[in-house]
Amino acid sequence: MKRWLSLLAAVWVGLSTHKLRSFLTMLGIIIGVASVIALMSIGKGSTAQILENIQSMGANVITISGGASFGPGGVRGAGGSAQTLTMEDAEAIAEQVSNVSAVAPSSSSNLQLVVGSENMNAQVTGTTPEYMSVNNLEIASGAFFTEYDYQQGKKVAVLGSNVAETLFEGTNPVGQQIRMGSIIVTVTGVLESRGGGMGMSADDAIYIPLTALQQTVAQTRTSRGEKVVSSITLAVTDETKTDQVIEDITSLLRSRHQLSTAEEDDFNISSMEELASTLEETSGTLTLLLGAIAAIALLVGGIGVMNIMLVSVLERTREIGIRKALGARERDIWTQFLLEATFLTFAGGIIGVVVGWVVSYFIDIMGLMTTVVTADIVILAVSVSVGIGLFFGFYPAWNASRLNPIEALRSE
Amino acid sequence: MIRLENITKVYPMGKRELTVLRGINLNIKQGELVAVMGPSGSGKTTLLNLIGCLDTPTLGSYYLEGREVSRLSSGELAGIRGQKIGFIFQTFNLLSRLTALANVELGMTYAGGVDRKRAIEALASVGLSERVNHRPIELSGGEQQRVAIARALVKNPSLFLADEPTGQLDSHSGEEIVSILTSLHAEQDITLVVVTHDANIANHCHRIIHLKDGEITAEENV
Repeated sequence: MKRWLSLLAAVWVGLSTHKLRSFLTMLGIIIGVASVIALMSIGKGSTAQILENIQSMGANVITISGGASFGPGGVRGAGGSAQTLTMEDAEAIAEQVSNVSAVAPSSSSNLQLVVGSENMNAQVTGTTPEYMSVNNLEIASGAFFTEYDYQQGKKVAVLGSNVAETLFEGTNPVGQQIRMGSIIVTVTGVLESRGGGMGMSADDAIYIPLTALQQTVAQTRTSRGEKVVSSITLAVTDETKTDQVIEDITSLLRSRHQLSTAEEDDFNISSMEELASTLEETSGTLTLLLGAIAAIALLVGGIGVMNIMLVSVLERTREIGIRKALGARERDIWTQFLLEATFLTFAGGIIGVVVGWVVSYFIDIMGLMTTVVTADIVILAVSVSVGIGLFFGFYPAWNASRLNPIEALRSE
Repeated sequence: MIRLENITKVYPMGKRELTVLRGINLNIKQGELVAVMGPSGSGKTTLLNLIGCLDTPTLGSYYLEGREVSRLSSGELAGIRGQKIGFIFQTFNLLSRLTALANVELGMTYAGGVDRKRAIEALASVGLSERVNHRPIELSGGEQQRVAIARALVKNPSLFLADEPTGQLDSHSGEEIVSILTSLHAEQDITLVVVTHDANIANHCHRIIHLKDGEITAEENV
């Protein structure tokens, strides 16, 4: 115990004699650890954000779009690029597939919108009233269009929050009119903002009854005379049955589309769950990448520690000689210098965690990005910095311990 | 207490070899004060380093308190230095960052543990009670050497080894060091081997060993 206390005293004296040098050495580790913490927290934060968005959209949603998949669960072309899905497919799914609560076919068209003197192009989605419940949409003011509106082909629209803000700039859009291609629609509702990006936000959408859309965009029909839609979204009653539902829909659509066993699907089914896991995987990779970049900074800091420790050993050769003459064994000298290096990186690691935490906190409250600092990152960063101290301190300490006492005493 | 038998030390010097000690035989008894004298390059310091277990002989045997130590590992030698040997150097070899007290405590660090009370007593016994918290730079040469003596004294070693202890001191400070060493012998019956050019020190010893070209040329009892 006493031996350890005096060892710690020796380490403290060694480091505190060159305060500026010790601090600068530590700074390398501080910057490294702080960037690991900050970057990983951004990565973790965006993962959490993405998952939250997906949860808010409903994890039980399945989307079917026309056109073949480019690979199992992989990227697909823009929805509706192939005109294979029809209204009749949607009706068949609603009638024949079990565990499905609501089915909403939809078609999108890029239309010119005019409100007073405002003029813009936007993607307009024509769909059925079920779309709202399938996609978990919430109304901020007014109401979503009704089954009656749909049946009658009423010219009404529901706006995403961003669209409402852009077109009406703070005035209440409900009851106002928008010229949309060749028709004029009345706004009946505005959706609650739900944030989130990744090109799938309902905040940027405009929904009108599919029957209204067909009054300005001609309805295409398949060779069998069925009414083409660009996608079908549906909600599964029980998330655990998602796979079964996908299977059932696949066989139903294949038989409806009269595909032979050799032919590939002419539609693509994706579930939110699947999307969530893909996105989570992607952002996990991103987090790792950010961590790896930060780890390079940490590595450079470690090399700095090694550099300083080598200089320190050289400069204190005589001290090492004195200690050896007084009876210090190789392991005493070795432990002393290794502890010095490790203390530098450990203290640097702790300070770095605090700095990184503060940085990620400010990134978060300034609204730049969502950040999440988790215990595992903190523990990882501190133990890696201690590991760096041990690793990069090993060689200088070994050098010190191997010095010949007679020669060390003779050095200036 | 010390028995050297046919000690030879050869240093490799590139392709040639340099023989520094040739067949030294020497016995030193407990409580004896021995001076080693001789011209530069006669092997005095090498002999002292061997006796102090800082180095091992190429040939021959060295018995310290009856134990053959010339073939021990560096770790075992360090242990012997820590427990049994107190060094006093010409250049004092104090750690400049540490206070006098901390330097004395350093003497105990590798010899079983620090005892502050003993360290303060050791400083008092060399007349430095008032200088406990001074750093070496704030002390005169004589005072620094007294700190070094206290550092050796504090672990109660079997053997004191001094290499030109007055070599860097003025004659007055040198006198003080000599009187401290002699009074330590009188009070505690220490065993001391001192390498010196200083006839004054040598005359306080029981025995003077004359070394030349690595061989003992003469021994005289004072």
